[in-house]
Amino acid sequence: MISRLLTLRNIRRLYAAFFLVLFLLLLGVTGFRRMKGYETPLFLELDPLTAIAAFLTSGTLYKGLALSIFIMAGTLFFGRFFCSWICPLGIVNQISGSLFNKFRAVDTIALNTYRTLYRLKYYLLAFFIAMAAFGSLQIGLLDPIPFVTRSFTVSVFPAFNLQGGWLYLRQPLFNGGTFLGLIFLSVIFANRFLPRFWCRAVCPLGALLGLLSFRPLLRIWRDVERCTDCKKCLGHCHGGCDPHAALRTTECHVCMNCIDDCPEDAIHYGLPRTASAAHLPVDVSRRRLIETALAGAVLYPMLRSTIASGTTPRPDLIRPPGSLPEMDFLRRCLKCGQCMKVCPTNAIQPALLEAGFEGLWTPLLINSIGYCEYNCVLCGRVCPTGAITPLTLEKKLGKGEPKKPLKIGTAFYDRGRCLPWAMNIDCIVCEEVCPTSPKAIWFESVEVQLRDGKTKLLKRPYLDPNLCIGCGICENKCPVRDRAAVRISSIGESRSAANQMILKS
Amino acid sequence: MPSKNDKREPVLSRRDFLLRTAATCGAVAAAGVWGYVFYSKEPVRRSDTKIYTFRDYRIADTKVYPQLAVVHGRDAERMVRAAVDKIGGITRFINPGEKVLIKPNVAWDRQPEQAANTNPAVVAAVVRLCLEARASEVWVTDIPVNDPYRCFARSGIEEAVKRSGGKIRLTQESDFLPTDLKGESLKVWPVSGFYHQADRLINLPIVKHHSLSKCTMGMKNLYGSLGGQRNRLHQDINTSIADLATAIRPTFTLLDATRILRRNGPTGGNLADVSAGDTVIAGVDLVAVESYGLRFLDLKPEDIVFIQMAEKRGLGTSDWKSLNVAEMTL
Repeated sequence: MISRLLTLRNIRRLYAAFFLVLFLLLLGVTGFRRMKGYETPLFLELDPLTAIAAFLTSGTLYKGLALSIFIMAGTLFFGRFFCSWICPLGIVNQISGSLFNKFRAVDTIALNTYRTLYRLKYYLLAFFIAMAAFGSLQIGLLDPIPFVTRSFTVSVFPAFNLQGGWLYLRQPLFNGGTFLGLIFLSVIFANRFLPRFWCRAVCPLGALLGLLSFRPLLRIWRDVERCTDCKKCLGHCHGGCDPHAALRTTECHVCMNCIDDCPEDAIHYGLPRTASAAHLPVDVSRRRLIETALAGAVLYPMLRSTIASGTTPRPDLIRPPGSLPEMDFLRRCLKCGQCMKVCPTNAIQPALLEAGFEGLWTPLLINSIGYCEYNCVLCGRVCPTGAITPLTLEKKLGKGEPKKPLKIGTAFYDRGRCLPWAMNIDCIVCEEVCPTSPKAIWFESVEVQLRDGKTKLLKRPYLDPNLCIGCGICENKCPVRDRAAVRISSIGESRSAANQMILKS
Repeated sequence: MPSKNDKREPVLSRRDFLLRTAATCGAVAAAGVWGYVFYSKEPVRRSDTKIYTFRDYRIADTKVYPQLAVVHGRDAERMVRAAVDKIGGITRFINPGEKVLIKPNVAWDRQPEQAANTNPAVVAAVVRLCLEARASEVWVTDIPVNDPYRCFARSGIEEAVKRSGGKIRLTQESDFLPTDLKGESLKVWPVSGFYHQADRLINLPIVKHHSLSKCTMGMKNLYGSLGGQRNRLHQDINTSIADLATAIRPTFTLLDATRILRRNGPTGGNLADVSAGDTVIAGVDLVAVESYGLRFLDLKPEDIVFIQMAEKRGLGTSDWKSLNVAEMTL
């Protein structure tokens, strides 16, 4: 009984369930309450494409990214197992694909036959690797692990929370969350027309692992003497890798379904036997490959020669504390959304075009949603690529060496909107919540004359730019809700040598 | 030549005609009923939301016990016990089976030594006292300014409360209930629903400096029951505080003056801003407790507008010396 259930297919299913649950758990605990010492960015660190692209842009294999060597080595031995055994997006695609097509009459054999469309992912890989080689890390747009982490953080988890509020204390809101949610749903819905469309046709990580599994030691083999050409092996094939004919090793996800589906026992996984069928090499057009890589190379100078965050400072581009200088930041940021998940005040948000095209979905602080919590350094702890470097509290608050606290921006008063300045109304909430000691916000007591001739003693706030760290709690708590009377601007941020205004500090 | 699309409609029989007419009349009647029932001059349908009011959490007054207990010492647990004992013991205030809500000040993501939040040892001692009085539930709640999880964890209060057997209740958006404070500047505000579930309320403030109201203690601590856009309260802070103290009458107040935040309040953040007070003050009269506490900030009741307002409204006396005060040192 047990040995009948313990088929290779079921073992793969167990692994897939385990890794999907692990992914959701790790993302779920990515927060102040439950993080403890867990390696929350584990899946991102296992991702070889992230590691290679980030290595190309900045020349280092950062900390946890070394874990991806395990996946690369494993792929050389066992084939492209990552896609159906570990990858959360692959597993979600697989589950939805089989559900979409379970209750309809579809020709799964036709759907699972190899198509030349599947070459697309190699071209996308060439495009993004070429961009990375020049120094622009755009791979996170389509790399499945950042893609799925970002989608879950920004749209799936918040949407689930809306049904009962059991995930967060306060409903998280994200900049352009609907857009990201729609992209994710489109990827899922594509399985309705072509199972695992994303994995087979788009996924650049799949392409990289496909290249690595060019000649794996162990793979699927078909015995040509036993095979009766019934094509039943195609019925549940994940990769669309043609196990019924000359297997395309680079497309095979090692899902093991063909082995269990074969009525003749003609398919096995392991080393070749005497009557094993020949395999086909990777199917790409060299011309297309060079063309797309060239496209990446051509796009790079265009990305870098526009008004964007790398060339021109923007007031509303407040990066999380510990972020590298903008150019280096763009070289390292994957747009994975880990920092957005961990931020306790929901301040860290995916950028739309604030940082230019290159900075799409990179993190920035929106102070009307949240603010940078004074005693918090969690975003640097979870960043898998070090775009936000891990800080100690001493370093952030300037309590050790150097004695200067880390600034992410500077607050400015809009005296036309500030209640004491514009309307002679008591307020100074900003002074109350200012977390530094001594407070960066101070006030002057003045006697003002009111409309009816009476006088009133009023406290009017001022800002000390040398003490302000740009945390934005003043903007967040300002009673002028829609556009606060005190707002953070990125000028003065510690990470930038150029975005400064004060001579002496 | 006949059409190729020659699928024909069957001829209508009398029976079908009657049935169809009846069905059409039925549909028209249904539309009429729908219009009759739902016709309204309002663009949006409103359901009547219940407006709550605060219950009086106090117990019957008596002159048997001292009205104010002041205990100096170092051991928070013993000080709290002594102070509550002096004003009549916890069983005077809490009957077995009652739900007790404890409201410390947990507004900031700060550590206990920085004295921005109530001392966790004081909170734990009060939780234990309530459980000894056989309260059915002991809840500790606040609506912080910083992230609630961080505030409760890093103030040490979450750990202290869990260890002493109480329960932390954090307020979610859905927990707020519209409540009429019937005040001069505070009318209907969203209030944490726990206040309407509890039978008794124990106010556990800490003594802190505050730039606008000069000090924050027990009355200002009640800010932490409000949701909504409470940052607007600063515009008339003294009336707002007096309104809160009028609307919410805690069972008793125990003022934590073990550490005093003397400058840079109410956030602090620097140990240089903190000095030792080594005192707890207990009493039912919030105004008296608060007036006593002013000495730690070198202030007098005459300086504080909201204390004057509260006294004028008859909420208590700022002349605490006129009361029966029990002072002791442990």
